[in-house]
Amino acid sequence: MLNRQEIIQTISMIKDQHLDIRTVTMHLSLFDCISEDAARTADNVKRKLLSRAGRLKEVVEEIQSKYGIPIVNKRLSVSPVSLIGAASGGWREIALAMDDAAKTVGVDFIGGYSALVQKAMTKEEEAFILTIPEVLASTDRVCASVNVGSTRAGINMDAVKLMGEVIKRTADLTADRDGIGCAKLVVFANAVDDNPFMAGSFNGVSEGDCVVNVGISGPGVVKAALESIRGESCDVLSETIKNTSFKITRMGELVGREAAKALGAAFGIVDLSLAPTPIRNDSVGEVLEEMGLSAVGAHGTTACLAMLNDAVKKGGTMASSHVGGLSGAFIPVSEDIGMIEAVRKGALSLDKLEAMTSVCSVGLDMIAIPGSTSAATVSAIIADEAAIGVINNKTTAVRVIPVCGKEEGEVEFGGLLGHAPIMPVGKENADAFIARGGRIPAPIHSFKN
Amino acid sequence: MRAIVSVIGKDRTGIIAKVTMRLFELGCNVEDISQTVMHGSYFTMIMLITLKEGLAIGTVGDALQSVAEELGVEIRVQHEDIFNSMHRI
Repeated sequence: MLNRQEIIQTISMIKDQHLDIRTVTMHLSLFDCISEDAARTADNVKRKLLSRAGRLKEVVEEIQSKYGIPIVNKRLSVSPVSLIGAASGGWREIALAMDDAAKTVGVDFIGGYSALVQKAMTKEEEAFILTIPEVLASTDRVCASVNVGSTRAGINMDAVKLMGEVIKRTADLTADRDGIGCAKLVVFANAVDDNPFMAGSFNGVSEGDCVVNVGISGPGVVKAALESIRGESCDVLSETIKNTSFKITRMGELVGREAAKALGAAFGIVDLSLAPTPIRNDSVGEVLEEMGLSAVGAHGTTACLAMLNDAVKKGGTMASSHVGGLSGAFIPVSEDIGMIEAVRKGALSLDKLEAMTSVCSVGLDMIAIPGSTSAATVSAIIADEAAIGVINNKTTAVRVIPVCGKEEGEVEFGGLLGHAPIMPVGKENADAFIARGGRIPAPIHSFKN
Repeated sequence: MRAIVSVIGKDRTGIIAKVTMRLFELGCNVEDISQTVMHGSYFTMIMLITLKEGLAIGTVGDALQSVAEELGVEIRVQHEDIFNSMHRI
């Protein structure tokens, strides 16, 4: 029998500490939609999305009401569209079909306008990547991602160069909305196949036909737990984070399994990420400060984040039969009040963020940079992040937003995307290095020092 | 199906009476109940209820909202499995 204290603890997590299920994402394979005709392929895509995801919203709302746990987002994710449209060249038509279907079924984002080019680009994949700026500017809900490196394949520097240009072009085409298109575009190294979080979600080529993956959140819950152990040792700190992560993940597993069953889909994974929102008490930055930093970005931040990330994984792994996705702590600047404030007071720089990405999940995320930043410099930022991921055998990503016509100040993206202070980039350049192109070979897997 | 009903808010007369009456009208059976008043005025009540077959938790939650408004308290109705999953292996 449950005791009173346990019940009150769960209610308090939901009521006061913003515990929620961040996303229930339905991943769909589109390989059965391929045809040589662009219009027919798009039609097949739309029909499949509507038939499989038609009840997603209704089912998720029923679960929310049954358990009294907020489920913030319902999302869709599909097989990499570069492959689905390769035979017809109809990538734009597929994107429009995805956007339409997302609006009809009532999801705010649909991921999978993606290409996996870590080793090489086919000419179709290159043509696909060039459609990204226009697609992101002309659709509302489609999210794109490109994987440019992996520990097995190395880093495709031709793709890195191209993505710097694509990000700049996307920023230009959405300049009237402060470059919002770039908030829907992620460049990965070691991208994962089952990530339920946007903008980098896609249904990996080895995944099933219809899978439900769940992303949980809860920085506020971790922060509240840490408030009760101020001054205790790092051992206690780590143990407390583990225990909290365990409880949160158990709830994610329950919701994921129930949603999958009700939707006639397979249950995939729980992604146990600490995903912040721009409100107070829902911030990874605040958790780091509760660990003992005066501000995120202080010396010691990387160590705190490393421990947080690891403890979250350890607790969550015990709680779920299938943990996957990105699983760890997210540090998107514009979506985290603690990060925003640290940047405002000059405590947190791009350099420190880069160091932080070597120990946490994902990478340089939702960072506004000056509009004058060159494509080659954006490529160089991507190359650095990809190198951290490829050498350290982890996922890294870049989601930066060059804000056209602005060099400093703040930009507002709205909703969960938040608002961001524009962060300065380095003054020197890597133009000649980026111009080289080619491929950085895969790293050696021994002599690890 | 079993659910946990929690009532949290400022203490006043008639909270238990009004909530249980509404639950009775809906066809819910109260299996366990505990309540405390902390710091002299902060009221919490937790009930374990069984819903009659075919009755959705959302329906019970909606029906209790008018009682919550009348009493000036927060009332939640949640399937017991969310608590079991979090606190029991």
